Amino acid sequence: MADNVKPRVKAPKSASAGEVVTIKTLISHTMESGQRKDSDGNTIPRSIINRFTCEFNGTMALDMTMEPAISTNPYVEFDVTIPESGDLQFTWYDDDGSIYEDTKSVEVG
Amino acid sequence: LTVLPFRANAAGEDAIADFTGGADVAEGGVNLDAPEIAENGNTVPIGVSAEGATAIMLLAMGNPTPGVATFNFGELAGSTMASTRIRLAGTQDVVAIAKMADGSFAKATKEVKVTIGGCGG
Repeated sequence: MADNVKPRVKAPKSASAGEVVTIKTLISHTMESGQRKDSDGNTIPRSIINRFTCEFNGTMALDMTMEPAISTNPYVEFDVTIPESGDLQFTWYDDDGSIYEDTKSVEVG
Repeated sequence: LTVLPFRANAAGEDAIADFTGGADVAEGGVNLDAPEIAENGNTVPIGVSAEGATAIMLLAMGNPTPGVATFNFGELAGSTMASTRIRLAGTQDVVAIAKMADGSFAKATKEVKVTIGGCGG
């Protein structure tokens, strides 16, 4: 399931040094749970994003493992401390080996 | 009307034991923010936080597989809170277990009543 996967991230563009900012992320993905059956009664195989990480300039802020009980279009909200100017790196890991990435720059002024 | 969780919780207990390594789990110290009634089990907003936690595991004890997510807070985590949206197969207990920095564990449980289940069954 590598089609139509689009990450969306809401993060502030600027912060003061050491400020705690709230990040909201959403990625479009069916998160097929492996529990559903198609119209012929065959189980639809599991296909989910199993891990999500957020780093700031290479330092980990959140590393989340996801199971099939996470809803379609996984949404995650959390806080990150911004020590300096730099980039927030967001990475989603798909069951099929695909990796989806997004980056947001934060300016400390 | 089914009120109680409709499945035995053995798998959930196993998942807890895996996470804690069999250590004692104290009640309290964890905030679990979940609705009392969820009309649609496909997307139930859940928030967790625990002061001093390094990781928080979230479980849906009545789902076919009880694991939901584990949040591991890194060095730059601004707080030990996170929220997401989860699937619930039916009315059941949602459990959050926090692993504290000193190696102890704490948990919170909340029952969520689900009108329409979220596992396509």
